[in-house]
Amino acid sequence: MGFKIVKKRVLIPGRVTEVVFLAPDIAPTAKPGNFVIIRVRENGERIPLTIADKNPEQGTITIVYLVVGTTTALLDLLQEGDEILDVCGPLGKPTKIEKKGEVVCIGGGTGIAAMHHIAKGHAEVGNKVISIIGARTKDFLLFEEELAKFSAEVLVATNDGSKGHKGLVTEVLDSYLANHTVQEVVAVGPVVMMKAVAEVTKKYNVFTTVSLNPIMVDGIGMCGACRVSVDGQVKFACVDGPEFDAHKVDFDELMHRLNSYKQQEELSYKQFCECHGKEKKN
Amino acid sequence: MPEQDPKTRIHNFSEVALGYNLELAITEAKRCLQCKNPTCQQGCPVDVDCKTFIRFVAEGKLEEAYLTIQKTNSLPAVCGRVCPQENQCEGSCKLAPTGQPIAIGRLERFVADSYYAKHPCDDDKKQKECIGPKSRHKVAAIGSGPSSLTFAGYLALRGIKVTIFEALHEAGGVLVYGIPEFRLPKKIVHTELEALKAMGVEIKTNYVVGSTLNLQDIFDQGYEAIFIGVGAGLPRFLGLEGENLIGVYSANEYLTRVNLMRAYKFPDYDTPLPRGQNVVVIGGGNVAMDAARTALRLGAKKVYVVYRRTQQEMPARREELHHALDEGVRLKVLSSPVKFLGDEQGKLQKLVLQKMELGEPDASGRRSPIPIPGQFEEIVTDLAIIAVGTRSNPLLLQATPQLKLNQRGYIEINPDTGETSIPNVFAGGDIVTGAATVVLAMGAGRKAAQEVAKRLKLTA
Ligand SMILES: Cc1cc2nc3c(=O)[nH]c(=O)nc-3n(C[C@H](O)[C@H](O)[C@H](O)COP(=O)(O)OP(=O)(O)OC[C@H]3O[C@@H](n4cnc5c(N)ncnc54)[C@H](O)[C@@H]3O)c2cc1C
Ligand SMILES: Cc1cc2nc3c(=O)[nH]c(=O)nc-3n(C[C@H](O)[C@H](O)[C@H](O)COP(=O)(O)OP(=O)(O)OC[C@H]3O[C@@H](n4cnc5c(N)ncnc54)[C@H](O)[C@@H]3O)c2cc1C
Ligand code: SF4
Ligand code: SF4
Ligand code: FES
Repeated sequence: MGFKIVKKRVLIPGRVTEVVFLAPDIAPTAKPGNFVIIRVRENGERIPLTIADKNPEQGTITIVYLVVGTTTALLDLLQEGDEILDVCGPLGKPTKIEKKGEVVCIGGGTGIAAMHHIAKGHAEVGNKVISIIGARTKDFLLFEEELAKFSAEVLVATNDGSKGHKGLVTEVLDSYLANHTVQEVVAVGPVVMMKAVAEVTKKYNVFTTVSLNPIMVDGIGMCGACRVSVDGQVKFACVDGPEFDAHKVDFDELMHRLNSYKQQEELSYKQFCECHGKEKKN
Repeated sequence: MPEQDPKTRIHNFSEVALGYNLELAITEAKRCLQCKNPTCQQGCPVDVDCKTFIRFVAEGKLEEAYLTIQKTNSLPAVCGRVCPQENQCEGSCKLAPTGQPIAIGRLERFVADSYYAKHPCDDDKKQKECIGPKSRHKVAAIGSGPSSLTFAGYLALRGIKVTIFEALHEAGGVLVYGIPEFRLPKKIVHTELEALKAMGVEIKTNYVVGSTLNLQDIFDQGYEAIFIGVGAGLPRFLGLEGENLIGVYSANEYLTRVNLMRAYKFPDYDTPLPRGQNVVVIGGGNVAMDAARTALRLGAKKVYVVYRRTQQEMPARREELHHALDEGVRLKVLSSPVKFLGDEQGKLQKLVLQKMELGEPDASGRRSPIPIPGQFEEIVTDLAIIAVGTRSNPLLLQATPQLKLNQRGYIEINPDTGETSIPNVFAGGDIVTGAATVVLAMGAGRKAAQEVAKRLKLTA
């Protein structure tokens, strides 16, 4: 069965794209926090991508990806009407969402897309959602409008100050927590950002959830590639997570492990660019 | 049986054992005594009528030989290659005491390979003789390892529509993601799968039962019985310091990258793979041997297999151990890992071992290893592979709390029928027994299929 792309929308030219595709068996059961593992071509790698949204009536799910290497670049070559070769999911434990009061959701980079589905879930059960999003510059911000639909407030930080607070999301978070009582903070984004968020919320003693993004292979608990240390114990992010208590995660280990294949990834991407260049000439 | 020379084969992933030709096969088959009371068949967990198929081989009737085997074994090309025959059919052959039992496994392999070479029942070359489901009944199997494939084959042969739900993108279970190409070529597994598909078996990949859908959804789709054959795929780690360093792998991950994802062809295939120079494999079973021999083929300079006891106690099949030693794998026995050491980037550099000695025999009669105080050794390594066993994968089990498990966390079944605590849900293979063998998994699939056939009132 094919996973046909019904809509493709460039969110940030040359960087971030949103794709909506048919996955009628996954859409009805997909919950906030779940992800899928996809494979784009016969000799392709399996990579995890968060389910950013779903539409069970139309049998579609939405993914948002940042082109960083071979697989995401291959994915980006697909157009509306094309099919993704393999999509497996929904995987991972869904976010624990319950009515608890006020929740701050922080997203950085493409993590904003993943955070969007979680934030929406919190809003749907009646929590007051404060969204904080950040990027290098205002053109790299994602989902601001979508988040505004259900957030009590959307706070923005950019490194260059082109929009909102000039600086980091953690600074915005810090001042927000200084003046408000919050039941939970959710953070999805680069590991450095999640680590910094965890440090801030520890100060205020606020329970914090992060969604980890280790390298994965099968996504169903059979390889251990995705193992992370949480509270000194080994957990498999694909089946035990990907969300964990931020105050217990060993972020430094995760950062190291994400670099496991740096050289090979560069080689693979270089080859992709060469091949793709050739194809274009023909 | 002819084999590739060890010096050549460590540079390729082609099959090590080259197989019989017709002449060698007939010669071997003619050695069979055609015993009045053959014991070979009793040694086979799936009850292959060895005596009859061997007679057909001796007469040069390969087609008849194949059909004889296929009556009880839906994966003969696989079994002929990976069964521990020395403990099974060949171990029970009347000629076993002479040290020269009939090479039943090799003959079985030859018969299956010859048959498939003549009858390519592939999708692209549809044969008239390919049969499809004739009955209105349909049943499902979860997982596509040897237990499910056998379950499916048995019922498909009797006209039942069978659908297999597999979580990964490729079917075959451990046969495709675990056992390496040089022992079991993927082409063989593919052919066996095509033969099943030609009988009307449908394989749905990318379906994780317990998350994409659950057992009730499957019943709701009109399936009358479900067989669970999801294997015991969760890797065990040692719980040692430094185990999450870059360069420390579970055997499952290492072998999956190489076999399922074809990472040995990187960068033509996209999945990257560590190419260790000094590789250490921890464990003493078949999985450890497979990982060690794979690492050699990927260009490692030195490959050590680290084991707590001595060579004698190693659980690996003798043949595989010898293949490994011939190829240059080194053993480091009476050694137990203590911790992994790494550099500032979190990369593995060394493994510290505690030296052991064998103590008094324990209750099981095995001499257990005990540490020699103060004696440690360090090995320089950039790739460590942990092959110390697996546990049951909790994904489906947690999603199905009604399913009764035993103390070890595997599914409990009625030993006579293969049925679980949920009516019309059967289970077999590694998810029931813990990590075992291909042919035992097949035997379990067959038993459950027989029970289902009985309930659907099919004539066996
Ligand atoms: C549960 C989960 C959900 C994810 N959701 C999304 C998502 O919604 N959108 C999205 O764009 N990405 C997401 N990721 C990350 C995504 O899987 C990786 O970006 C992808 O695997 C890169 O593949 P590639 O072949 O294109 O690049 P590669 O060649 O594999 O890598 C290129 C570069 O990306 C870095 N990289 C590789 N893997 C990861 C990773 N897992 N996380 C962060 N950086 C990585 C490498 O260090 C390297 O610098 C998610 C990861 C996980 C585990
Ligand atoms: C490296 C290695 C070498 C081996 N060598 C030998 C040998 O030489 N001889 C021998 O006899 N035995 C050998 N074995 C053991 C043998 O392979 C296993 O005992 C046998 O494959 C078990 O079969 P199974 O049907 O129980 O399931 P498996 O082969 O384990 O297959 C289970 C399948 O179920 C799928 N699955 C899991 N969860 C789900 C889910 N929730 N939904 C859908 N699908 C799911 C998995 O992806 C997998 O494809 C070896 C094992 C390994 C790992
Ligand atoms: S299935 Fe295995 S045990 Fe049975 S006859 Fe064939 S090789 Fe021997
Ligand atoms: S026991 Fe050995 S010799 Fe006798 S029939 Fe079986 S294979 Fe032949
Ligand atoms: S990705 Fe293999 S265990 Fe999580």
